[in-house]
Amino acid sequence: MKFGIVTFPGSNCDYDAYAAVKHTVKQDAVFLWHKSESLDGCDVVLLPGGFSYGDYLRSGAIARFSPIMKSVIEFARAGGIVIGICNGFQVLVESGLLPGALMRNSHLRFSCKHVYLKAEKYDTPFTGACPPGQTLKIPIAHGDGNYYNFQSDIEDLRQNGQIVFTYATADGEVTPGANPNGSLMNIAGISNKDGNVLGMMPHPERAMEKILGSDDGIHIFNSLVAHFDKKRALAG
Amino acid sequence: MSKSKAIVYIHLKDGVLDPQGKSIAQAMGNMGYNEFSSVRSGRYFELECDSRPDLDKRIDEVCRKLLSNPVIETYRVEMVS
Repeated sequence: MKFGIVTFPGSNCDYDAYAAVKHTVKQDAVFLWHKSESLDGCDVVLLPGGFSYGDYLRSGAIARFSPIMKSVIEFARAGGIVIGICNGFQVLVESGLLPGALMRNSHLRFSCKHVYLKAEKYDTPFTGACPPGQTLKIPIAHGDGNYYNFQSDIEDLRQNGQIVFTYATADGEVTPGANPNGSLMNIAGISNKDGNVLGMMPHPERAMEKILGSDDGIHIFNSLVAHFDKKRALAG
Repeated sequence: MSKSKAIVYIHLKDGVLDPQGKSIAQAMGNMGYNEFSSVRSGRYFELECDSRPDLDKRIDEVCRKLLSNPVIETYRVEMVS
């Protein structure tokens, strides 16, 4: 399967994502330039981390109007799989593909460390191959990761099963102490209602080899591969 | 073509936490300015505009689509000629 990794001016995790897909997961990967409107026949679009447009105005606010985003929005609305990581998550909320907003971390500091993620559900294209009941050790690196939404919308997210990852202790307890940025309900990653668009603040592409401190990020990429294998098998 | 200027103020909605404002208020307290119990931060833009009949509508659009994030922010526009 083919991953398309979008490069905005200021993206800086695009090569990490490329290496994760190409060298660790051994799938096709291409870069998609922000000025292009072509998704190049990709099965999955990945919006990488970084500081698109210098985070001017609000994180992700300007990237959202790039020519490529027109195609990404169409692709997502048609059911295409889109994953936004860190700045990519910020672009997805700004574009309206995901609900809510990502505000400044409650402690106002840029936070760069390993955290533990609890997968709240396993029947998604992004978590199907995650080991059930185990947390994922994955790094975060952000200043604006504090997920916010209206209380009623948060309740909708919960009821629709759109909360995919929460910050937890290593044992999988979702506690205020495990929350690195003040996000509501310890939210680390959410999907849209249809479940084909995921945004997450932590960086799975930086946790692909043991030598990097963790290789738990592989599970998320493997989940996507397994999802497409299954889809292909069903299409027979 | 006549020009005008729009001043756009972006505010956080009531009830949305403002960690920046809170920490500024705390710093003010530390400096001895204890009479300011709360600070809310925001943003300010000056837009030079060419005149056109639907200018108000256009400014409104750009405020909603780009300058503010309607999930957490509201805006106010003042026209200065």
